[in-house]
Amino acid sequence: MVSDVLKIGEKELNNRLFLGTGKFSANKYIPEVVRASGVQVVTVALRRVDPEYEEENIAAFVPRDCILMPNTSGARNAQEAVRIARLARAAGCGNWIKIEVIADNRYLLPDNEETVKATEILAGEDFVVLPYMSPDLAAAKKLVAAGAAAVMPLGAPIGSNRGLKTKELVRILINEISLPVIVDAGIGRPSEAAEAMEMGAAAVLVNTAIATAGEPVAMARAFSLAVEAGRLAYLAEPGEAVEYARASSPLTGFLRD
Amino acid sequence: MKVILNGKEEQVEAGTTVAGLVKLKGFNPDTVIVEFNNELVNQENWDVTVLKSGDRMEVLRFVGGG
Repeated sequence: MVSDVLKIGEKELNNRLFLGTGKFSANKYIPEVVRASGVQVVTVALRRVDPEYEEENIAAFVPRDCILMPNTSGARNAQEAVRIARLARAAGCGNWIKIEVIADNRYLLPDNEETVKATEILAGEDFVVLPYMSPDLAAAKKLVAAGAAAVMPLGAPIGSNRGLKTKELVRILINEISLPVIVDAGIGRPSEAAEAMEMGAAAVLVNTAIATAGEPVAMARAFSLAVEAGRLAYLAEPGEAVEYARASSPLTGFLRD
Repeated sequence: MKVILNGKEEQVEAGTTVAGLVKLKGFNPDTVIVEFNNELVNQENWDVTVLKSGDRMEVLRFVGGG
């Protein structure tokens, strides 16, 4: 097959599974998960340190050849997201940033309007901006105009493992938006990742479903295979679905009277 | 004098530096990032950054996240 790279910013990616690093029972799983799945983009978060509670430095567990994509989780508006993004870059995290602006604590749904504002500011400062968003076409168009490098609609609420509940809205974004559409959040099983990829998603970002699986390393491998299978299926152009049967075997020459 | 450390008031002696407060509070200097009055301070400048009353200091680190 001809090479099928995903270009985001200046980077060319061969692997279309992105990995979130939250909720692993031990950080030692992370390098194994990266190896087993071949992921190239890994998200991290920035938090205040509690000196009473010694925590490991997550960056030490991410293989050096991965692209680190800090998120702006904790930000409730555009200004807070911009502050986190600038800090992360100044701290040596590179210029990729996942914008995450959330003002809703129950469903953790993103605030598209503030996300557009943050995207515009950070794209203007040469960040590679990947905004997490509710799948809304008007907002996605504004993100394109604001200089986003991709858009990342949710499949279902963060950490819910409910799958591609927003499928029809994500499909509209894939059809109408010129940027890569990366399904971020809610994907609970490899089959759902494959479903997103078959539909034409450019990539899938998975955290909870891998991190909280009984065997995270094996699950990461399963997701990687599913993403690859879904991508191949999309490129292979699936046949149309129809209402009634269409025989696969010839309808002539039957061995009967 | 009082400064704000990670959102909470903290009583420190005059002349305390960023490096001094990091040490005093037991933060691991190799893994933390310091934001001082909304600007990142590189570790080589911690020794020469002296706190004044009312300064805001954030001690941060990267953690797992999605």
